[in-house]
Amino acid sequence: MERKNPRVDAALLIKDAAKLLPSLARRLFLRNTASLGALVLLTGCDIVDGPTSERALRKVSEFNDWIQARLFNPNRLADTYPESAITRPFRFNAYYDESEAPDVDEDAYRLALDGLIGNKQPWTLDQLYALPQETQITRLICVEGWSAIGKWTGAPLRDFLRRVGADLTAKYVHFVCAEGYSASIDMPTALHPQTQMTFKFDGEVLPTKFGFPMRIRMPVKLGFKNPKHVVGLAVLNNYTGGYWEDRGYNWFSGL
Amino acid sequence: MTDTANLDLSGAGTQHIIHPLYVRITHWINALAMLVMIGSGWQIYNASPLFPFTFPRSALGGWLAGGLLWHFAAMWVLTVNALVYLTVGLASRRFGKLLPIRPGDVARDLGAAFSGRLDRDVAHYNAVQKLVYVAILLTGVVIVISGFAIWKPVQLRELTLLFGGYDAARYVHFFAMAVIVLFLIVHVIMALLVPKSLRAMIRGH
Repeated sequence: MERKNPRVDAALLIKDAAKLLPSLARRLFLRNTASLGALVLLTGCDIVDGPTSERALRKVSEFNDWIQARLFNPNRLADTYPESAITRPFRFNAYYDESEAPDVDEDAYRLALDGLIGNKQPWTLDQLYALPQETQITRLICVEGWSAIGKWTGAPLRDFLRRVGADLTAKYVHFVCAEGYSASIDMPTALHPQTQMTFKFDGEVLPTKFGFPMRIRMPVKLGFKNPKHVVGLAVLNNYTGGYWEDRGYNWFSGL
Repeated sequence: MTDTANLDLSGAGTQHIIHPLYVRITHWINALAMLVMIGSGWQIYNASPLFPFTFPRSALGGWLAGGLLWHFAAMWVLTVNALVYLTVGLASRRFGKLLPIRPGDVARDLGAAFSGRLDRDVAHYNAVQKLVYVAILLTGVVIVISGFAIWKPVQLRELTLLFGGYDAARYVHFFAMAVIVLFLIVHVIMALLVPKSLRAMIRGH
């Protein structure tokens, strides 16, 4: 399952995402287990895991987005750790198998920009690598509960957004990935000093399994909000959700 | 059973009230919220088990996202309800009923309980009950605080450090759940063995 050359797709994907969003988010996401599903059929009762509770839970999840945004302190940094604390080997985690991670052609790679951005010129990998970079040793916390400490190197996203003339008063930054994954975040998190366009993991060029050529690393969000193989970035004012967010994970998912 | 027909929920009856209205309301809201928290918490645990076992797949929510949605909804009910209970309880000095707890009294009442000589007056707590209720209230505080420590290890960093870091806080949260489930089992058995205690938690006396 090789998925190559994201260049053309990225721009299209972003357009699609921006267009489709509201309807995507309406999808039902409470999956019934077989036994529970049978129980619902037998009793005709859909209170526990049906559309009624689903709507209510979605509302509470939106309330939780709101309260997390208020709880978010843009100056508060996630803890950093010494080299000795790094988790090795670092765990691969995705909704697909490790062998299915997309192979992105580094020569053909262009980072597509869209939305409320002054200069939408696509970026080559060499141009991105030339940006001033920083290294962080931080803890990645998965929505599943486990955590691991890793070392990521790259350019602060906020410097990049300023450089390309993004509207920093916009609400969201949306990311599109080579394998079809997507995620969106709030602007305050995009401007957080530790939010990084990552090109290296543990001192080496980002391996395929960890998101070559570029991952967005944010230690102030759960792992699934850290998209890999990013090929497109859009600054938007409309809500665009994301791959897992559309399936029921809380959108803000801040730490 | 004629007396259960006219439930005195107002607490304005002529009989001596054992559990004031706010205690009864917060008790049952807590019971419901706690069941949702435990059921959905098991679902979340299953996504990344701390021990070599998992809970039944039919745990609340159906899968991880559903479990999380339930957990982070019921947590507000649980927390707000607990704050009401603790605030009114402290203001009305009701928690004084639980103190003091003397080790000698606990040993005596424990012995009495096992030999069947324990006073079954539901209006007064024996020393064992006092100890258990104080312990479960403290466990309730620990499970809520450790929950917030896991939810916000960056924004509430100091809280997370209090538990020895993010991973340690998960274990604390788990063991607090285990204590509550054990309590719940014993609590329900006792309520069934002494039906008038259950009645008192419904109609107040």
